[in-house]
Amino acid sequence: MTASRRVPWTLIVFVVLATVPWVGSRYDTFLAAQIVIDALFAVSLNLLLGTTGLVSFGHVAYFGVGAYVCGILMKTYGVPFVLAFPAAGLGAALFALISGYFCVRLIKLYFAMLTLAFSQIVWAIAYKWNDVTGGDQGLPEIPYPNLDWINALPGCGDLRISDKFYLLTLALVAISLAVLHRIVRSPFGRMLTTIRDNPERAAFIGVNVRAYQLAAFVVAGAFAGAAGALYGIFSRGVFADYVFWSKSAEVIIMAILGGMDFFWGPPVGALVIVWLNQKITAYTEYWPFVLGAILLVLLFALPGGIVGGVHALWTRLRGRGRA
Amino acid sequence: MAPSFLFSQFMGGLTTAMFLFLIASGLSLVFGVMRVINFAHGSFYMLGAYLAWQVMRWVHPSSGGFWLAALTAALGVGLLGVVIERLFFRSLYGREELYQLLFTYALVLILGDAAKYIWGVDQLSVSAPPVLAGSVRMFGTQQPLYSLFIIVLGPLIAFFGWLGLNRTGVGRMVRAAQMDREMLDALGANVRTIYTGMFAFSAFLAGLSGALVTPIESIVPGMDVLIIVQAFIVVVIGGMGSFWGTFWGSVIYGQVLSFGILILPGFSLFSVFALMAVILIVRPWGLFGRPL
Repeated sequence: MTASRRVPWTLIVFVVLATVPWVGSRYDTFLAAQIVIDALFAVSLNLLLGTTGLVSFGHVAYFGVGAYVCGILMKTYGVPFVLAFPAAGLGAALFALISGYFCVRLIKLYFAMLTLAFSQIVWAIAYKWNDVTGGDQGLPEIPYPNLDWINALPGCGDLRISDKFYLLTLALVAISLAVLHRIVRSPFGRMLTTIRDNPERAAFIGVNVRAYQLAAFVVAGAFAGAAGALYGIFSRGVFADYVFWSKSAEVIIMAILGGMDFFWGPPVGALVIVWLNQKITAYTEYWPFVLGAILLVLLFALPGGIVGGVHALWTRLRGRGRA
Repeated sequence: MAPSFLFSQFMGGLTTAMFLFLIASGLSLVFGVMRVINFAHGSFYMLGAYLAWQVMRWVHPSSGGFWLAALTAALGVGLLGVVIERLFFRSLYGREELYQLLFTYALVLILGDAAKYIWGVDQLSVSAPPVLAGSVRMFGTQQPLYSLFIIVLGPLIAFFGWLGLNRTGVGRMVRAAQMDREMLDALGANVRTIYTGMFAFSAFLAGLSGALVTPIESIVPGMDVLIIVQAFIVVVIGGMGSFWGTFWGSVIYGQVLSFGILILPGFSLFSVFALMAVILIVRPWGLFGRPL
């Protein structure tokens, strides 16, 4: 712990990520953008999964609401990004408030089923409401925000628009992650963990368990919405497929693969999944098979995820060194 | 609207319902006994369809051939259920729900791609057995015999399932396992075998319904994830773990879908998921289930 406090690892990682448009290829920037957005999505889910102990099987609903709100505002109504982006977060938070109000009243598998039902409702609306969401055709060609102001920054004059959007994405994700980190480490976040570990005891000492769970649900929804808004612009379109329930499973896998007991676990999971996906789909179409195999290894051999495994190894080595 | 048209809609809804009941009954049984939501149930259904197609290629296209194919497919999937339960699932019983859910999801991914690898991505189809190939006139409409067969088969399976659960020694054991696993274990019953048996029987039912659906729907990759959500809806409406609940849940689902298209075209998809959400909110244990 002391070592990580001396070296500002997170800052270093973000600075390194910021250099990708200059040192890497166009493809590298594309990959990095996807990793960064998925990292935010996975961390937002982990506020429920790891911190609060709520197994949501419909987190993609809030990602989707954010993507659609931002996409519709920017494409159909020409609203600038500065307004559309917060609106996406707010829209997702609002939907999370309404759906979460009902979800937190249920326990365990029923909770999972209701989150799944809400996410399929979003999917059904996205798929069928042609006039607004574009139906099964989706919303292609969402415009990039106006990023000419980035030209004023030193060395940024001749970047591609996709590179500039990547830098904006990175900055917004960094801020979001910092906020989420503060939330997890705050007294509020500690109470969420207490509720996860022992809801009866939390209720007994006078905590309004449902209110806390609902607050976590709303915060997680808002940041998922922010990730969705960024993703819609990044991938140049919003489609109903983004909201199908299997996407919720994918983000759960990211969180678990990285390690849901650690704040930086889900981003590691996002990194590994996105990178592997790109490498493997390059020479086989059987990516789901590989993902399933990874999941099996994870469940039976590495339940703490990558970060959990490294952490355990680290503590053991350090313990041996001391002895 | 003409009565004959409404009747047609009703029969269409009923056929969908009875298919869904065949699929969802296994899902509901496994949930009732093991408290596991099995995402791979849809994959078992898909494998049943592919296996039936495969057997049909080997045998002559006759009525007997079709029944043989359906039975072989169901048995094959049931056997796969035994293997999966013994090799993997067993070690997850003590773990959190999340890990069990994710395990069944891993199966979805692996089995889906395995089917794609073996049978390709093209649509496959099986023709109805000659005995049931025609149609009959009812209230001014033509009803395919095969649909009528499914409409009769559904309640039959429901009846024998109920009989098996409530009037046999094995059924008593299964109900006891539903109520209190530890107690049953302590009393010396072989709970492990019951679990394996239930999982295999559930897979058998899924495989059977997959095989029987082939004359009506074409076999395509992705049929697994589409059907599993529908099966979830049905099981939730009726009550997770309730056998008759699943039956009536299917009937309600089929009719809502069938008539929802007439009343609000484009909203039937929305309405079934909304129905699922409303039931979970108002009565999480479903219309016919009991609170846990």
